[in-house]
Amino acid sequence: MLPMLRPRGRTMMLDAPAPALVQVRDLKMYFPIHTGVLRRHTGDVKAVDGVSFDIMAGETLGLVGESGCGKSTVGRALIRLYEPTAGSVRIAGDDILSLAPEALRRKRPEMQMVFQDPQASLNPRMTLAQIIGEPLIEHSGLNPTDRLARIYELMDQTGLNRRFANRYPHEFSGGQRQRIGIARALALNPKFIVCDEPIAALDVSIQAQVVNLLEDLQDRLGLTYLFISHDLSMVRHIADRVAVMYLGRIAELSPRDALYARPLHPYAEALLSAVPEPDPDREGSRQRIILQGDVPSPANPPTGCAFCTRCPKVMEICTTTRPILAEVEPGRQVACHLYPSEARSNQPNSRHAAPSGSTGGGSSQHQQHGV
Amino acid sequence: MTDIKLGEVSKPARNAEPVVKLAPPRSQARDIWDQFKTHKGAMTGLVILCLIILAILIGPFVWQIDPAYVNPDAAKMILGRNKPPTWAHPMGTDQLARDLLARMLYGGRISLAVGAVAMLISVFIGTGIGVLAGYFKRLDGPLMRLTDLFLALPLLPLLLVLMMLFGDTVRKVVGPEAGTFLLIVFAIGVTSWMSSARIVRGQVLALKEREFVLAARSIGTPARRLIIRHILPNVISPVMVAATLGIAGAIITESVLSFLGLGFPPDFPTWGRLLYDGVDYMQLYPSRVILPGLAISLTVLSVNYIGDGLRDALDPRIRGR
Repeated sequence: MLPMLRPRGRTMMLDAPAPALVQVRDLKMYFPIHTGVLRRHTGDVKAVDGVSFDIMAGETLGLVGESGCGKSTVGRALIRLYEPTAGSVRIAGDDILSLAPEALRRKRPEMQMVFQDPQASLNPRMTLAQIIGEPLIEHSGLNPTDRLARIYELMDQTGLNRRFANRYPHEFSGGQRQRIGIARALALNPKFIVCDEPIAALDVSIQAQVVNLLEDLQDRLGLTYLFISHDLSMVRHIADRVAVMYLGRIAELSPRDALYARPLHPYAEALLSAVPEPDPDREGSRQRIILQGDVPSPANPPTGCAFCTRCPKVMEICTTTRPILAEVEPGRQVACHLYPSEARSNQPNSRHAAPSGSTGGGSSQHQQHGV
Repeated sequence: MTDIKLGEVSKPARNAEPVVKLAPPRSQARDIWDQFKTHKGAMTGLVILCLIILAILIGPFVWQIDPAYVNPDAAKMILGRNKPPTWAHPMGTDQLARDLLARMLYGGRISLAVGAVAMLISVFIGTGIGVLAGYFKRLDGPLMRLTDLFLALPLLPLLLVLMMLFGDTVRKVVGPEAGTFLLIVFAIGVTSWMSSARIVRGQVLALKEREFVLAARSIGTPARRLIIRHILPNVISPVMVAATLGIAGAIITESVLSFLGLGFPPDFPTWGRLLYDGVDYMQLYPSRVILPGLAISLTVLSVNYIGDGLRDALDPRIRGR
């Protein structure tokens, strides 16, 4: 049972289209496979294989997909915790992937990350004050008194009692630990936070608290999130737009309401049909699409569409030609041959077509730019 | 589930209540000492080790018999040999009628110094190489092969060759006693770091993939501070175990070297030397073996317990239980 979620009180900027805060172009992250006695490079695990998307300032982009589809790798490659194989990531104007180490270090405060496992993401030998204070020591140059004041301020912001400052991570509950992780991410006033399944390790009532905290902070501090999750209902709650990933590629990138109301890509359709319906009457009539077979190995993805081995609507062309993520409806990008689009014919352009920042669909307002 | 006012919790207002005087973050040294005090074995070990150190530091000034004094009068010397404990010689005398208590006190200085310094060298090298090999992938292969190389070397012949080759040179430069000391400490140090290097490397490899290390990297912590702040405190337990065992090993190795004539000169007392001298007379005068043996065992045991207590005290998860 989901606890009551607060209605979204997001203030949306309606004025002129700003350039996207985060621009990801054709991001590829291959992990090399070495085999044999000589450890020769025999192949690659294509964890992320050509992913492009934009995130507007103040927006939350949800990134969903099943386990092993490369969601977390995208998040980590985005802030260069991994060295991506190819592609470009621009965050607030700077190409993250080509920054020199020292420049990257100075850029770090703008982009932070909240990790999946709050237990593992906190050093068990540091007190809460030391954990939250670490980014301040590294970047702010505050003296100890001011630093402590800032630590207390962050603890207030994230709902941690000030008396906890001397405690160690093992003395906290999962939700509190995640708050510590969020406080640490906030310490340097970042613009962009990658939330790498921040709620996956928490129980349901705590999930809602943490998600509401994230939303509160977004409203107050104007944060931009990449919210990685496999919890489709939570993504529906928090995200403005949602990208569905399959086998290292984005299958569909659509405004949240439009996606949940009418998924276009067959994989998105199958994935969303798995969301349980709280209403028992409607749950009874829910049509689940059960996919056959297993996810192909990312070391040896199928030629053509990554989904062609399991797609219920597979066509001839799917096994030969890789579909390009292209806009098929205003604000909706789909990588599927079912949806012909003139953009798909001239490929180089289509890949770089600026995704629309529309939050379209049902209740939200319409806003279009770039296309 | 009742309707929880979610979101309320995160409002700052909750913490705005009149702030009771908040203690500033306590120093970790205090926490560690508080926890250390609760470890009975460690406290006993600490007391015993302190007593031993006090005895060997102050003892020779109180018990002013020259440990190397052999009565030049041969008849008196022969009469005074191998005496059981008396008031004049509380631990008896040895085969040359030298006072054993004085020899024990002097010997303790050398043995403890050799043990501690050799252990420090070996732990320092071992941890350094282990951390570098574990953290920097490029260094892993070369450093671990180096470790294998050292493990494959037969230790005793290596030590003997080291002593033969460099012994005279070093002794000439810094004097015979300091030279021997440096040489022994160095030789023991560079031949005993391998196990700790391997243990540390394994731990670092595991730690490196933990999310808190990723988090530190995402903050922009440079590698050296990341190692000091996040990696080293988390590998302290195996290092501590290796270190405490290392002291015992170093004391014994020193006595082996001395026994083989490559350490300190034969009339120079160390605990290991006394032990080996006593072995010949073990059946007639067992106290000749028991006393230095006891001293070595007590030192090693107390150091082990201190290490145990320190390891517990340094781990916040165990602390406060």
